[in-house]
Amino acid sequence: SFIRPSLITFSIFRICRSMSFVLPDLPYAKDALAPHISEETLNFHYGAHHRTYVTNLNNLVKDTPNQDKSLEEIIRTASPGPLFNNAAQVWNHTFYWNSLAPNAGGEPQGAIRDKIIENFGSFETFKQEFSKKATGHFASGWAWLVLNSETKKVEIVDTHDAGTVLTDPKYHPLLTCDVWEHAYYIDYRNARAKYLDAWWSLVNWKFAEHNLHAVYELKRRKS
Amino acid sequence: MSFVSKAFARAARAFTPAVRPIPSVASPLAPGVFSDPMVAGFATSMQSYTLPDLPYDYAALEPVISADIMKLHHQKHHAAYVNNLNAALEKYAAAEAKRDLQGMIQQQSAIKFNGGGHVNHSIFWTNLTPKGQASGAPAGKLAKAIETEWGSVDKFISTFNTQTGAIQGSGWGWLGLNKESGRLQIHTMANQDPLSTAGLVPLLGIDVWEHAYYLQYKNARPDYLKAIWQIVNWKNVEERLTQASS
Repeated sequence: SFIRPSLITFSIFRICRSMSFVLPDLPYAKDALAPHISEETLNFHYGAHHRTYVTNLNNLVKDTPNQDKSLEEIIRTASPGPLFNNAAQVWNHTFYWNSLAPNAGGEPQGAIRDKIIENFGSFETFKQEFSKKATGHFASGWAWLVLNSETKKVEIVDTHDAGTVLTDPKYHPLLTCDVWEHAYYIDYRNARAKYLDAWWSLVNWKFAEHNLHAVYELKRRKS
Repeated sequence: MSFVSKAFARAARAFTPAVRPIPSVASPLAPGVFSDPMVAGFATSMQSYTLPDLPYDYAALEPVISADIMKLHHQKHHAAYVNNLNAALEKYAAAEAKRDLQGMIQQQSAIKFNGGGHVNHSIFWTNLTPKGQASGAPAGKLAKAIETEWGSVDKFISTFNTQTGAIQGSGWGWLGLNKESGRLQIHTMANQDPLSTAGLVPLLGIDVWEHAYYLQYKNARPDYLKAIWQIVNWKNVEERLTQASS
């Protein structure tokens, strides 16, 4: 499956704390998302942008107390600035690669489908609202499907630049869509709406379902 | 009229072409007159902003900025800011006419995004010039002011590039004039926020939204920043300084 290996690397960014952060493997080959997202885009988006965030992060934590923290700890404790930006972008991009998969897309099944219909009325309404949020976000940022543990509803949230829902404890991320221009410019130029169509053809509902179940499991264990 | 709409009206007069008289519905003019988009446009919106022409051909800034980028940047990105600005202003005017304050407030972010985009790009096109026509270095009062502030033009450029390169996400690097102190300042702005909101007069802006360089330089923003100084129109920057100082 396209989930398990990537989730293992996703949840354990370092083998042990004294090692530097590593760029996790892409869960699929670089040409696997074509024609929706090209190999060229992945070469730059993953191979240059994501890789640079990892390199910068390692340089910023080296010989500081942060080098013993997990990625999530750094994101949750860093003040606004380069350390937060690079750490958050490392995490955001890994979550993004997992939010996509070859031979995926279309409509969800199971618990995630039920939740979407319960909170949005229909899948079509949800899809339109997500696309609107993602396309309408001005300048760089991310669009997220989250479970809001306060309202107990699935919601659509957008964050700006390197912003991540990880910093808001009530939001449990299920899926994300990168709307920085580098995510779509090679394939779609300025046409962000066309890129969103591509995202819908690649959306990894299995990952979203897994994330939803992980939240339920966490709550079950706490209660 | 409110202060805000007066300000918009002032700005609109500066930017719009001469207004054609709008015939009344009962006029004896030819029946097809309202199918003329120019007339119909002005009848519904007196505050239309327009996309300025570039002062050079799309290919003129090569090899520093490709024709592909220039075409997209001007015809798609800048044009979208203009169209979205006009749409937001129409909605704002409609809300204002009904004294719908909430409706007015709702349009403010769109006016800032798109109006800022229009202001910034309009300045940007004039800040650049084909390599063959560029003077290569500032002169006169501008050169003196840069040297006073940063010691040398090279030091100014390296400081500018460091700060502008470090912008997180989308934004602009600016050389601006602080009118109060009479001094030049480097200042970066996020998104399309115009430099005026930081209290400075814009003299030279460099766009570092990815759309400004990605097709050619990919993620290598520093390479773009290094190259762009070959096509900076220092004469234009000096003119802006002179105008701002008067």
